[in-house]
Amino acid sequence: MANIINDETIEYVGILAKLELSEEEKEQAKKDMGRMLDYIDKLGELNTDGVEPMSHVFPVQNVFREDIVSNSDIREELLSNAPEQKDGMFVVPKTFE
Amino acid sequence: MAKEYETVIGLEVHVELATKTKIFCGCSTEFGGAPNTHTCPVCTGMPGSLPVLNKKVLEYAIAVGLATDCEITRYGKFDRKNYFYPDNPQNYQISQLYLPICRNGSVEIESNDAETGKKKIGIHEIHMEEDAGKLVHDEWDDCSLVDYNRSGVPLIEIVSEPDMRSAEEVIAYLEKLRLIIQYLGASDCKLQEGSMRADVNLSVREAGAKEFGTRTEMKNLNSFKAIARAIEGERERQIDLLEEGKEVIQETRRWDDAKGESYAMRSKEDAQDYRYFPDPDLVPIVVSDELLAQIRAKQPEFRSEKMLRYKEEYQIPDYDIDIITGSKRMADLFEETVAICKEPKKVSNWLMGETLRLMKEKEVDAEKLCFSPANLAKLIALVDSKAINGSVAKEVFEIMFEKDIDPEKYVEDKGLKTVNDEGALRKTVEDVIAQNPQSVEDYRGGKEKALGFLVGQTMKAMQGKADPGMVNKLLKELL
Repeated sequence: MANIINDETIEYVGILAKLELSEEEKEQAKKDMGRMLDYIDKLGELNTDGVEPMSHVFPVQNVFREDIVSNSDIREELLSNAPEQKDGMFVVPKTFE
Repeated sequence: MAKEYETVIGLEVHVELATKTKIFCGCSTEFGGAPNTHTCPVCTGMPGSLPVLNKKVLEYAIAVGLATDCEITRYGKFDRKNYFYPDNPQNYQISQLYLPICRNGSVEIESNDAETGKKKIGIHEIHMEEDAGKLVHDEWDDCSLVDYNRSGVPLIEIVSEPDMRSAEEVIAYLEKLRLIIQYLGASDCKLQEGSMRADVNLSVREAGAKEFGTRTEMKNLNSFKAIARAIEGERERQIDLLEEGKEVIQETRRWDDAKGESYAMRSKEDAQDYRYFPDPDLVPIVVSDELLAQIRAKQPEFRSEKMLRYKEEYQIPDYDIDIITGSKRMADLFEETVAICKEPKKVSNWLMGETLRLMKEKEVDAEKLCFSPANLAKLIALVDSKAINGSVAKEVFEIMFEKDIDPEKYVEDKGLKTVNDEGALRKTVEDVIAQNPQSVEDYRGGKEKALGFLVGQTMKAMQGKADPGMVNKLLKELL
């Protein structure tokens, strides 16, 4: 493996992803991430001289909607996806800033 | 000797756009709906749902950019800003990092610059993004509840250069932005209601220093007064730290206006790494020459242009022009009323006099003025034709100010018309003269003031429904 993921990186990525990994999981994740980066590095072998960077894979642009209300109240349907609901709202763990 | 410090301020201003629907879905942006009744799979972040850009959002953003002298980005796109917070259902906010729609603009503010009295405040960029939902904290159940009605409401974020040096400049800049955006109809820009929000980035440095000091970002500022107080408070706090030989820490602080102090929300150590990347669900935006020309053609007349035209076309005093054009609603009211009654000076007098007085008394914002141009024109016509006198007109206007009634109908229904029957008036005047011999004597003895008293007595006897000019004339005649 050309890419070695160190402990610090896996810790940081874990924090960003809000994951609490066990020691074994961390080791596995380090290996997986290293392999992924190796795979992506393959792209570096291509000669991209004179190729414009692109920001989208499809040759499509300017897809717009008109500013017209088209949705109606489907609250019950949406809430039915939630693990928990109360007073027409989604229940989440207590969150303060 | 105490050191001199300079305050350096830049602003991030979020403005909620006045579209009917959200930025990426056809849900209503209307305020006050029951929780989650204006939501759909897109704005609640359901897997597999696809956002589609509301064209009006793009048009408003470009219009604001043009009005603030920005370069419009001809090839733009959206990016995902990743963070976890339950008010953000996708775990990313769709925003613009790499290719914001507008860049490198500026607005001019009044300043105490000795030479020009003006100062240019640079605009670094304007980008489009979506608002988040609202978290409600449940006191009893130890949980939080989320309402996504605001999720996906379109915002533009206007990022200034660090060009401001005082609270006065910050407020002048915000007022300028607010007026431009209101004139465009792109937002109502109400700080109290959150349709305009300003985050203040502030640092201090010794006067004459070239380098900027370490800055902090302040949030939760919802009035001009709170902004001014927060700037003063933060400036003092940073100077105190430096004077004590301590360092300012780069952090986000929350201003508590009731306490008059701020506290740290998060510091740079746990600074967020948003891992921005292009949103693959949204295709690039190419702004054509045609679209740009269309938006340019629709730009309204802005305040400075309006001021010049008013001077020329209406010949009202500069002071009146300044106040009237200071609010889009008032300028519209003025122009539309003048278009009906062709009496610019009289319309201006109603706005500058009674309207301002009642706005102050009842704490009504100019944008909320509810009386219609048609009704104001009718009221002016009633006074002109002497159908009602000035004090009755003021009384009627006070009711129009509250609920835009038709003054003609009101005057008719309440029997407020001036009594033009000279016989009846003459009779009243005779009675008043008979009942007030002392005043009559005083007047005849040369006391002009006594006449005023007699006019007042006559008006009272007529229940206010007489033409004061006619009363005056009759009194003089009969005395």
